[in-house]
Amino acid sequence: MAGLSPTREVLGNGVTVIAKRTSTTPAVTLLANLRAGSVHDTAAHEGLAHFVSRTIDRGTSRRSAEELAEQLDERGVTLSTSISRHLLSLSCTCMAEDVSHVLGLLAEVITQPSFPPVEVERRRGEIVTLIRQDDDNPAAVAVDTFMQMLYGPAHPYGWRMRGTVESVQGIDRGMLQQCHDARAVPAGLSLAIVGDIDPARAIDEAHSVLGVWNGRAAVEMADAPIRAARGRQCRVVPMMNKSQTDIAYGFATIARTDASYHAYAVMNNLLGQYSLGGRLGDSIRERQGMAYYVFSSLEANLMPGPLVIRAGVSPANVDKTIASIDTELRALIDGGPTEQELAESKQYLIGSMPRALETNMGIATYLQTAEFFGLGLDYDLRMPDLVRAVTREQVHDAARRAIDPAAATVVVAGPFEGSLS
Amino acid sequence: MAALEHAVQTASIVREEVLENGLRVLIQPVHAAPLATVWSWYRVGSRDELPGLTGVSHWVEHMNFKGTVNIPRDQVKGIIEKHGGYWNGYTWIDQTTYTETATRDALDHMLFIEAERMTSCLYDPADCESERTVIISELQGGENDPEQLLDQELTATAFRAHGYRHPTIGWLSDLETMTRDDLFGHYRRFYAPNNATLVIVGDVDETDVMSRVVKHFGWMEPHDVARRPCTTEPEQLGERRVTLSKEGTTAYLKIGFHAPAAAHRDFLALLVLDAVLTGAKGVNLWASFRTAPPQRSARLYHSLVDSGLASAVSGALLPTADPFLYTVSVTATDGVSLDRVEAATASELDRVRTNGITPPELRKAKNQLRARLVFENDSITNIAHQLGYFDTIASWQLSSTLAARIESVTVDDVGRVAADRLSPSRRTVGRFEPIR
Repeated sequence: MAGLSPTREVLGNGVTVIAKRTSTTPAVTLLANLRAGSVHDTAAHEGLAHFVSRTIDRGTSRRSAEELAEQLDERGVTLSTSISRHLLSLSCTCMAEDVSHVLGLLAEVITQPSFPPVEVERRRGEIVTLIRQDDDNPAAVAVDTFMQMLYGPAHPYGWRMRGTVESVQGIDRGMLQQCHDARAVPAGLSLAIVGDIDPARAIDEAHSVLGVWNGRAAVEMADAPIRAARGRQCRVVPMMNKSQTDIAYGFATIARTDASYHAYAVMNNLLGQYSLGGRLGDSIRERQGMAYYVFSSLEANLMPGPLVIRAGVSPANVDKTIASIDTELRALIDGGPTEQELAESKQYLIGSMPRALETNMGIATYLQTAEFFGLGLDYDLRMPDLVRAVTREQVHDAARRAIDPAAATVVVAGPFEGSLS
Repeated sequence: MAALEHAVQTASIVREEVLENGLRVLIQPVHAAPLATVWSWYRVGSRDELPGLTGVSHWVEHMNFKGTVNIPRDQVKGIIEKHGGYWNGYTWIDQTTYTETATRDALDHMLFIEAERMTSCLYDPADCESERTVIISELQGGENDPEQLLDQELTATAFRAHGYRHPTIGWLSDLETMTRDDLFGHYRRFYAPNNATLVIVGDVDETDVMSRVVKHFGWMEPHDVARRPCTTEPEQLGERRVTLSKEGTTAYLKIGFHAPAAAHRDFLALLVLDAVLTGAKGVNLWASFRTAPPQRSARLYHSLVDSGLASAVSGALLPTADPFLYTVSVTATDGVSLDRVEAATASELDRVRTNGITPPELRKAKNQLRARLVFENDSITNIAHQLGYFDTIASWQLSSTLAARIESVTVDDVGRVAADRLSPSRRTVGRFEPIR
C-alpha cells in the first residue's frame, strides 16, 4: 500500500515544500506554516503574533490591501490566516487554473508584508472587538482562565493568544514588522500544496516564487518550564447574564514527540471522545442528561500540552458534573480501560484515517502536522501499527500519570456563584 | 469552465430510483477514497410543528439515536465508530437528516441502521426524560451567544404566520411540557418511506447498492403523512424592529429581508447580489459556512469594515422550500455606536437598490460562486448532502444545474431583485445593544 506518498523538497534557502496530487475536484489547497506562533510573544506584548496574523495579508511592498483583495476575490479565493501556540498559518483553496497566480500572491504576503499604518489601526479595532466578544463568551473565558491557571504567568501556553485590550493597544506597526522579520524566515516556512496539480510542477512553482527569498535561520525557543502540579486548583468566573455554564477541567500532559503519545491518544479517546464523548459522555450526557456536550481533547504539542475536559451544563448541575468527572477519572485510574474499550478506541483511531484524508485541506493539515512534529512522510502508513501496539497497561499507566483529580485545574464560567472543591 | 463541466458530469452520473413504497433513492459512485456515505432525509422540520410542540422535530432527531428494536440501547455506542466512521444528524426548518460516513465495507451496516431508524426506534420513557434536560442545555448554550439570540428574535419578528417563525430547537415552555407520546406520535407520523430520500455516495457499485437498499427498505409500508397546510406568509407592509438590551460587551445589527424560495427564479439573482454585497458563500448548509467568503472587495465589507465601523459583516441566503430570509449581520467595532453602523448599512443597501450592480461586479460574483460550488463538493459527505438537501426542498437536479443557471443571471436581473427585495418597508431590523 502506497499511502499518501507525498513529494517533499527543501529548497536551497531552507523552505520546505510538500506536494500531493488529488483529483476529486479541479481545485488546489495551499497551506503555509510559519514558525511564528504566540509562544514568541512577550508577557508585555501578549497578542503580538496574533496581531501579525491579522495584518500580514493587508498589503505588500508591491500591492495595496485593496489590490490584494481584488486579486483574490476575483478568483473566489479566501486567504485565511490563523495563529496557534507555535505556528502562524496561511491557507486557501483555489481553482487549479489559478494556482500559479495565487501561489505568487501567497509568497508575496509571506515574504513582503508592508503593514500599512491605516490597516494596522483598522485591524486593531477588530482585534479589540474580538477580545471583548471573548470576554462575553463563557466557553472562551473558561478555556483562557484554565490555561492561565494551568501554565502560570511564566509560560507562553498560559497567555491569551489574542492578548488583552491593554496589550494590543501597546503594539505598534514597528513591532509587527520586527516580529515578522525575526520569525518569518525561509527555514521556518513549510508549504503544503495539495490538489489537482502535478507534484513536480507544484514544487517548481513554489521554487519560482519562494526560492529567492533570503533570511537568516529561525531561532528556536527553549522549552519554558512547566509548573509542577501543586494540587487541585479551582476558580469560578461568574457571568450572571448568561444561561449556561462552561466547565474546563484538566491537566498538563506530554509533548507530541513523547514515546507514550499513542497510549495517551487512546486513553483520551476512550475517556472523552469515543462515540458521544467516551466514558464522560456515557455518564454526563447519556445517563444523567446533564449536558449537550462533554468531551476531552489531548493537545500534545512541542512542549507538554493540556488534556482538557469541556462541558456545557445548567448552573444547577455544575457540582454534580464536576463530581461525575472526578468519579470517571478515578475509575479509569483505579481499573484501567476494559479490553473492549481499548479495542474499540484503537480501531476507531486507525479506521478514521481515510476520512481525515478525504479532502485537500484534510490531507494538507495531516502532512503539515507530520512535518511540524517530525513524524515522517510515511507516518500515515506507520500510524496504524503504532496504535495497534498500544497495550492496556500503557493506557492504564497514562491515566495514572495524567488525570489525577487531586491535581486537576478546574474552571467554571457562567451564571454560577458557588464555590468549588 | 472546469467547474461547469464538473457539475454537468455530476448530474449525469446520479442514479435516481423510487421504490414501490415511495422511498426516493439517489446513488452516485465516487471512487476517490475507499469510503461510502449514507444520508437519510425526511421532509419534516420545525415548519411542521404546532403551538405547544415547537422543537418536537429536533427532539425526535435526538431520540432516534437511542436504540431500536434490533439495535439495543447499549449497542448504539460505537456502532459506526468501529468502522472508523462518523455519524451525525441535524434538524432545520424544512428537513431532518441523519448521516454516516465510513469505510465502504460498512455500507450494508449503514443502510441497516437507517432502516431501523425509519421504523423501529424505541422511545424509552426514561430516555425521553433524560434527553429533555440535554436539549434544554443545548438551548441555553445557544442563549449564551448574543448573535444567536438576535437571530431568533429577528426571525420571530419577520414572520407572523408561517411555520418558519419559531426556532428549530423550540420554545422553552414546550420543551418543559412535551411528553413521550408527543415525540413518538411525531415520529410515527413523519418517518415513512414515502416521506424520505436516501442518498448513497462513495466507492460503491450502484447495482450492489440498489439491491441492498431493496433488502433493507423494500418491505416497508408507506402511510399517509397527513401534512397540514402551511400558511403563506402575508406580504410585509412596513418596517419592523426589535431591540435586545442585555448585559454584554459587543453591539450587533441584523437586517432581514423576505427572500425567494430556492426554486424561484429570483433566488440565484439574490445569491449573486449577496456575493456583491458580502462575498460568495455557496449553498451547502453543511460545508459552505466553515470557510469565510472572499469578501474584502465586497461592498458592505468596504463600507463597514474598511471604514472601521464594523469588525465583521456577513450575508446569508439559504435555499429553502418556502420563502425564508436574506440577512445581513454586522458586528460593531468596539466603541462605535450601533446607529452609525445601521445608517451606513442602510445607505449601502439603498445604493444597490437604486443603482443596481456593475458588469465587473457581476463577473466577479459569478467567478466566486463558480469556485465555491466546486469547493463545497470536495468530499462524498458534501456531495451527498447537496443531493439530499435539494431533493428535500425542491429537487436534486436543482443543485446540479446551479452553476449553469448562475451563469445566466444578468446585471438587470440583480438590479430588479435588489429593487424588489431590499425595500425598507419589507425589512426587519434587529439590534443587540449591550449593557456594560
